[in-house]
Amino acid sequence: MRDIDPAVLWPKIGTALLQTLQMVTVSFVLATLLGLVLGLVLYSTRRGALLENAAVSTVLNAVINVVRPIPFIILIVAISPLTRAVIGTSIGTGAAIFALTIVATFSIARIAETNLVAVDRGAVEAGAAMGASPLRVLGTIVVPEALGPLTLGLTYIFVALVDATAVAGLVGGGGLGNLAITYGYQRFDTVVMVTVIVLIIVLVQAAQLLGDRVARRVLHA
Amino acid sequence: MSAAGRVGATLAPGEAGRTVEPARASSAPGGGDPVVEFRGVSKSYEVDGRRVEALRDVSLQVERGDVFGIVGWSGAGKSTLLRTVNALERPTGGSVHVDGREISALRGRQLHLARRRIGMVFQQFNLLQSRTVYGNVAYPLRLAGLSREQTVDRVEELLDFVGLGHKALDHPSRLSGGQKQRVGIARALATKPDVLISDEATSALDPQTTGEVLDLLRRANDEYGVTILLVTHEMEVIRSIADRVAVMQDGEVVETGSVYDVFSSPQHPTTSRFVSSVLHHRASSATLSRLREVHTGRLVHLHVVDRDSNDPFLSRVAREHDVDVNVVYGGVSELQGRLFGDLTVELLGDDDAVEAALGDLRRTTTVEEAGARA
Repeated sequence: MRDIDPAVLWPKIGTALLQTLQMVTVSFVLATLLGLVLGLVLYSTRRGALLENAAVSTVLNAVINVVRPIPFIILIVAISPLTRAVIGTSIGTGAAIFALTIVATFSIARIAETNLVAVDRGAVEAGAAMGASPLRVLGTIVVPEALGPLTLGLTYIFVALVDATAVAGLVGGGGLGNLAITYGYQRFDTVVMVTVIVLIIVLVQAAQLLGDRVARRVLHA
Repeated sequence: MSAAGRVGATLAPGEAGRTVEPARASSAPGGGDPVVEFRGVSKSYEVDGRRVEALRDVSLQVERGDVFGIVGWSGAGKSTLLRTVNALERPTGGSVHVDGREISALRGRQLHLARRRIGMVFQQFNLLQSRTVYGNVAYPLRLAGLSREQTVDRVEELLDFVGLGHKALDHPSRLSGGQKQRVGIARALATKPDVLISDEATSALDPQTTGEVLDLLRRANDEYGVTILLVTHEMEVIRSIADRVAVMQDGEVVETGSVYDVFSSPQHPTTSRFVSSVLHHRASSATLSRLREVHTGRLVHLHVVDRDSNDPFLSRVAREHDVDVNVVYGGVSELQGRLFGDLTVELLGDDDAVEAALGDLRRTTTVEEAGARA
């Protein structure tokens, strides 16, 4: 086993940590915005919903169902032409962020739809009975009522994104996962592997704690 | 139709209800100021290719200021009927009018505005979990475009009215069922609606809490003059707060009238069953056969309604015809300030004397045979 010099190791870990944080947070924020919009569209175009629209609903569902099952490690490579068209390059952190955003957006869209559908129909009906327009009911009742479980769903996506960044090394995105694979796994450097894994665990734990706390606050439980 | 109603209708068609002063006195049948009017309302839909008639040609008028109860077993169509009042359900035939406007024909913004004049209370409360008690009551006010200051004042007043001023900042999840329903009532009253519709508001509550919530509804009717149309499967609810009642079965109204009339002289078998679920003036058939074993004389039910004289008819008849009267069962109730009741009595004496005594009793009360001698 050839352990690397700590003087070299720590800056490497620092850079990787920053890359991971950058990839996760940027893609998380973008995917949350896009995913919530798609989730609202999915919810409100369902059969019997307030903006019922079979065409939009069918197409959107088909796209989501095609993209979501593709393993990320394949998707990130498969969409490289699209990545190049949008980002300008198909390698590097930016390219990784693009791919991460796409998978997370579709996952969040589904999670948002599920949580919106689960909102108590009675609350929705009360809104209608009070004379709120369908859009107003959507904005001031359906979304706020779904926010608690939605926060937990978003936390789950955040953690999944940390996991997915490990694959980002494939397109030169860097990050902690990539460091663990190249130094720890492929070069059998246990110190690097353990250090990196501990960092990832801490990151995930912190995210989960924060998510739980926010959800609890939103749920008033 | 009253003169006021006619004038109002001439001056402002469709808004006649608004131009007439609200008055509890106008609650007599045909009083002419209906706030809610069902005109031949039908509702049918298909379930698995089978046609279901939820409502069949229902016509009813709810007069301004009344507490009007609709009672029926589950599946009688009463909730469906209630939900046509704010167009949560639309009739497939006939029309529903609120304050003189045909709500069943309104759409879009017109409908949203009309709904703000109709408060609704739900069995499962349907509060917004994401908002505080304050936020729930404020919701319809913000919707109506009140300023923040006006909203604060009005919510404070309403929460005091329902006795939950100290819970304003709590979330519904922290409240008991009865408290949740009181918030529901405060929310329904927020925009000072003309009508409050209540869909089984007490069915999820225990008897003690039910009483409190019914008192609150009665108080809302007394103090704010809001007309209340409520649906229930519990005759006890009708007895405690309703002025008038309609009995529904299989999508039809089978009987309607003042609570006193319906309770004291039910005409339809379903009504009788509902009445006997809360009043036990008559012995059950099992009890009656047991009584017959002991009391071998002539057993009759005397139905006594509205006795305004203090004629001691039982002892008078007994003395005049030389028969003995033995009261074996009975019950008396008071409704809307008037008494009514049933007595099951045994008449002992000569057959001719008993017959003559019964003839006399029939002049004062309704007499029904309680079965032949055992």
